[in-house]
Amino acid sequence: MRLVLAEDHALLADGLTRILTSGGFTVVGAIDNAPELDRALADPQVDGAVLDVRLLPTFTDEGLRAAITARSRRPGFPVMVLSQYVEQLYARELLASGEGAVGYLLKDRVSDVTEFVDGVRRVLAGGTVIDPEVIAAIMARRPEEPVDRLTPREREVLALMAEGRSNAGIASALFVTEKAVAKHTNAIFTKLDLPADIDDNRRVRAVLAYLRA
Amino acid sequence: MNAMTTPNPPLAGRLRLTGYAFLEVLLAVPTLLFFVLTVVGGVVAVAWVGLGILFVSVPALRWITGRHRAFAARTLGTPVPADYRPMPANAHLVARVLVWAKDPMTWRELAWCLVSMTAGFVLSLLTFLLLVVIVTGGLWWYGAEPIMRARARLDRALLSYGTTERLEQRVQVLTETRAESIDHSAAELRRIERDLHDGAQARLVSVGMSLGLADSLLAEDPEEARRLVAEARQTASAALGELRDVVRGIHPPVLADRGIGGAVDALALDMALPVSVTQRLPGRPPAPVESAVYFAIAECLANVAKHAEAEHAWVELAYGEGVLVAVVGDDGHGDADPDRGTGMRGVMRRLSAFDGTMRVSSPAGGPTLVTLEVPCALSSPKTMPSSPTDSPGS
Repeated sequence: MRLVLAEDHALLADGLTRILTSGGFTVVGAIDNAPELDRALADPQVDGAVLDVRLLPTFTDEGLRAAITARSRRPGFPVMVLSQYVEQLYARELLASGEGAVGYLLKDRVSDVTEFVDGVRRVLAGGTVIDPEVIAAIMARRPEEPVDRLTPREREVLALMAEGRSNAGIASALFVTEKAVAKHTNAIFTKLDLPADIDDNRRVRAVLAYLRA
Repeated sequence: MNAMTTPNPPLAGRLRLTGYAFLEVLLAVPTLLFFVLTVVGGVVAVAWVGLGILFVSVPALRWITGRHRAFAARTLGTPVPADYRPMPANAHLVARVLVWAKDPMTWRELAWCLVSMTAGFVLSLLTFLLLVVIVTGGLWWYGAEPIMRARARLDRALLSYGTTERLEQRVQVLTETRAESIDHSAAELRRIERDLHDGAQARLVSVGMSLGLADSLLAEDPEEARRLVAEARQTASAALGELRDVVRGIHPPVLADRGIGGAVDALALDMALPVSVTQRLPGRPPAPVESAVYFAIAECLANVAKHAEAEHAWVELAYGEGVLVAVVGDDGHGDADPDRGTGMRGVMRRLSAFDGTMRVSSPAGGPTLVTLEVPCALSSPKTMPSSPTDSPGS
């Protein structure tokens, strides 16, 4: 798997390169500025990108914009966006196209190396990995349609799904059996009117419905 | 903007001036009445009846002087502002009278009454008579404008502050707001220092200690060393969380990225209740104004969440005539008191450094509307930062 890495901090870029390489990915160049990133993302040989939101030249949201542009050129192009802080607004913008294959995490999460590498892998496979802090902010909102119809337990399961966990991962987090989780996910799919489809796609769409609520 | 400013107004202009003169002659009667009432009311103000008189006569006089200001402004083609001292929203009766008494404009208006009933009256009456006594029509044609301009200058001199007085008042306001904003930023710096010292800094010290211990235990007790490393990682993560909060309190990153528009969108999304945002900003305000307005809106929304029991809130951002206007409204129970929390006072201090103002309208039963206004210039809309493709790589 060939990944583009964009990170303007040399120290962090080194660390990320090391972590991603040890996770079995090929990092095809660590980039620190937006124009170069745009060129790198245009390369059809690249399978995905790990991007910092703030890059040269203006240190605002170049990385995010580059991710959105790249995904408009190549729908479903996997991007994992990292940042020192997370915003619901940015999560929504990343997810707006509705295709999944999006990760959006605080940089702190990288310190849990296995979890992070796993997250990158899931994004490359078309999944959605959203930072627990974004999820918590959404959970604090007053419930609205259609996620309104979910029971508190189902909302918990959906939140963990949005963080990118598998059924097994959700089961261990909630101390229940995998079978119980499967029951909840099926209830979620029914309540959100998601017809039987390829399971992964349904998970992504359930997460999207949840994040847009 | 006004025909009267031309040196030789045509017939319609002269007739309009004469119309003003006629109205001014008529207004001389109520001027006399309310002048006398105000003087009498002021003298017997110690008794309640005096206060009662003042509550009729002062507003009536202000209405009359308001008419004269409007006539003078149209005659001279320049604004003649009133510049009354602001009246606190819920001032009780005696406080109101005290505000009037302390306002130099009240005393100017009383002096104006004397002039307006004598010299002013003569000038207006003359203008009017020159037209009505038909044979003096020629004199009226050439005299109406200079006479009425003289009258308007007289009114303006008494009913509005001159340049020097205006500058003195401005210096006074600037001195006060500057002192307040210096206090405010000093307090902010102390708060940030405390937050960093008690939070992230302490945690990083603890990370260092855990790692040091782990280092020394690595050979003899690897299990314990591993536990300490895990602990250090958790503490580092908590320190980062606290640093993020501190940064949000200083200058939220989304404000730096997207400006006031995007930052308010992000703020609305993070609220527990639905908040709709409408914005009509043709450009970006200066960064310090953006920041002050952002924190003001954040404080208002936090109050809505805390006190209003609202179903829905809204934020409107607009810009017109050199003023950035932000309105935060909610459909809660109203009856909000802007002086209650220290938060709103901080907001007002911060806004006043930019000559900004805050008004709160919150009748019992709602809705509550907080209007923030800050005079400022807008820069042209920011171009997309990711668009340049030909700049050199590093």
